[in-house]
Amino acid sequence: MAEMEEQTIEYWRWDEGNWKNPDMDFKDAEILTAGIDVGSVSSQAVIMADGELFAYGNTRSGYNSRDSASNVMNMALEAVPGLKLEDIHYVVGTGYGRVRVPFANKAITEIACHARGANYMYGPKVRTIMDMGGQDLKAISCDERGKVLNFVMNEKCAAGTGRGMEVMADLLKVPIQKVGEMSFQVEKEPPPVSTTCVLFAKTEALGLLKNGWSVPKVLAAYCSAMAHRIYGVVKTVDVKKEFVITGGCAKNSGIINRLEKELGFEIYKDTKVDTQLAGAIGAALFGKALYEKSKKK
Amino acid sequence: MVEKKYKTAPLKSWDKAKEIRLNIYKEIAEAKSKGKVLLGGGAESLIALPTGFDYAMLVGEPYGAAISYLAKSDPDEYMKYVEASEHAGYPRDLCAYMRNYIGSILRDKYVFGGPFPKIDFYLQAGFCDTHSKWYQAVSDITGRPYFSLDLVPFDWEIEGESEKTKDLKRKYIVDQIHEAIAWMEKQTGREFNDETFIQGVLNECESTSLWAKVCIANRAIPAPLDEKTMLSLYVLAVIGRPRNDVVEFYRELLDEVEDRVANQIAANPYETARIITDSQPPWFALDLFRLLETYGVVSVGAHYTFGLSGGWEYDEENKTWEAGKTPQEKGVEVKTRDEAANVLADWWLRTGTVCRGVRHSGAGKIQRIMDMVDRWKVDGAIVHLNRGCEGTSLGQMDIVSSLLERGLPTMTYEGNHADPREYDENRTFARIESFMETMGLKQLYEFKKGE
Ligand code: SF4
Repeated sequence: MAEMEEQTIEYWRWDEGNWKNPDMDFKDAEILTAGIDVGSVSSQAVIMADGELFAYGNTRSGYNSRDSASNVMNMALEAVPGLKLEDIHYVVGTGYGRVRVPFANKAITEIACHARGANYMYGPKVRTIMDMGGQDLKAISCDERGKVLNFVMNEKCAAGTGRGMEVMADLLKVPIQKVGEMSFQVEKEPPPVSTTCVLFAKTEALGLLKNGWSVPKVLAAYCSAMAHRIYGVVKTVDVKKEFVITGGCAKNSGIINRLEKELGFEIYKDTKVDTQLAGAIGAALFGKALYEKSKKK
Repeated sequence: MVEKKYKTAPLKSWDKAKEIRLNIYKEIAEAKSKGKVLLGGGAESLIALPTGFDYAMLVGEPYGAAISYLAKSDPDEYMKYVEASEHAGYPRDLCAYMRNYIGSILRDKYVFGGPFPKIDFYLQAGFCDTHSKWYQAVSDITGRPYFSLDLVPFDWEIEGESEKTKDLKRKYIVDQIHEAIAWMEKQTGREFNDETFIQGVLNECESTSLWAKVCIANRAIPAPLDEKTMLSLYVLAVIGRPRNDVVEFYRELLDEVEDRVANQIAANPYETARIITDSQPPWFALDLFRLLETYGVVSVGAHYTFGLSGGWEYDEENKTWEAGKTPQEKGVEVKTRDEAANVLADWWLRTGTVCRGVRHSGAGKIQRIMDMVDRWKVDGAIVHLNRGCEGTSLGQMDIVSSLLERGLPTMTYEGNHADPREYDENRTFARIESFMETMGLKQLYEFKKGE
């Protein structure tokens, strides 16, 4: 019985849900915009009132981008009693499924939206953004307005991305929220696993466990390999110390601390906003600018 | 609506290019009923070689590309070709052209209608490693004979190859040409006509030299041609450069393009930035060039588009490449089979640039690309990391590093020239749009798919 229960636990599952700013009322806002980030693994909908974060929904993407967009938007709206989709003045879709957001007025690339969102979340000092998403790694350099100056992305191989970490959490039966913390429960930092390829790393991890490695040691080796892979991507853009991380993996201290060692400096972490929201926030901010522009015409 | 910077006009030669291309494929389908010799082979082999016969030739790579077009218009039908070859054990990392071609044989379906043509024999040329095996595999399936030509191009000029090894390479190919002619006569039971062969060789030199001149005309601002259009024009040299009608076509095309330059007739009336690309494009997704246009960007060409059909001669003094001087331009008379064989071997070895790119160190290709950046006044580069071609993808990451080191905005996207399963339009478009932003370009009008 206990075994069966264990099997149904989804260790990979990160926190989904919705939220509304308790100090704000949408009726006071002049412009309500929404940004919908439909990624390959997760989807976020952000509602902004006059350019301030007002509400959001965050959930796992399904196979159908349209449905994912609608689901996550409904989730955000559910957090705000009385608010309807028709009340929102402008909606921008972004992420992998950006062109399939049925109620969007415009689609904008996730690279532009992440840069804009990071600028909002961390302020104008930000110059380098590493977005660590479900199946993407993007290193972006931007100016003080969050305008993209250069970017580099992984190719199709999803090694070193969030999905790999989910698989590892499942394999090792460690809730994904605990992976980072647990990866430091080692006496000595082990060498990284030789690959971040999800399949090979899984095989290698099983081998290490059989050889007597503890779960934290395997996690440390995997986090360290991911940090190394991420560093490989980020170093190809002009890395500045005003460096932030967006996306789900930003919540994994096991990767972040090790990445800081490779970078040789500390990453900015001073934001109260969930790092997974960066793309959707950027999209909503673009929505505000576009709406204002359309009104001026 | 944004104002146009330049005037534009449709290309008059366009319809003719289409007509010749379709005629060639029709001639292939009808070859046997008209008593012609019908052979198959690779685009970068010595395609003037069979011109000593009344013949038609199915050139493998463009045919494989033609099948991949189906992925856009009829994806289910396209899948039947690749599935046929994959079920027979040809793996996904093989050249996608070859897989499509083999699928067509296995299904006994000619993509232009009817059954797959009954080929008499194949000429196999070791252009890339795939080509060194392509028709051997086809011969195993069809039982038709093949002749293998071992082609080793000259080194890149900057590598300083000695005249002695160049002579040896030339002689090596000339000997194989003679051998191949004797073998073809035996296979067909027909006599090889030296006169038509000589003409075919001269035509091959002229077509490719003319194409290089067309590419050179694209140095002009505004560019008279964009790469998407060039891809429909260069293909005639790929499949029929020894033909009289193809030479005639390129003469007319060059006149027209030079006229466009003189009158500032632009391919893209909004031309604001110029890029080059690398490797073959994903043939089923040429829309990406249309997306670039909406930002006022014109792709002026690629090492591939320039080189596969182009005869380029290295100018030692200026360290650059110009259109190869044909035997006719040099006043060289070609009267015998042996003289023609020597001209053909020399031309292929000396003026082919793509063959060097797929065989030799990247340094020469990098120099060639840098030369294009300078002389075609290029502002950025888009590199297609082509998972379907082992030849043109050789050294691509070195090229990317060199371009970036030079400070040229450069982006990559992953794909496959003839297998859409490896291409992700969403991701590619997102990258292009972001790349445009980093180049400081604004979208001038909305992109509409399929236009
Ligand atoms: S060069 Fe590329 S496309 Fe041409 S045959 Fe070789 S692998 Fe195929």
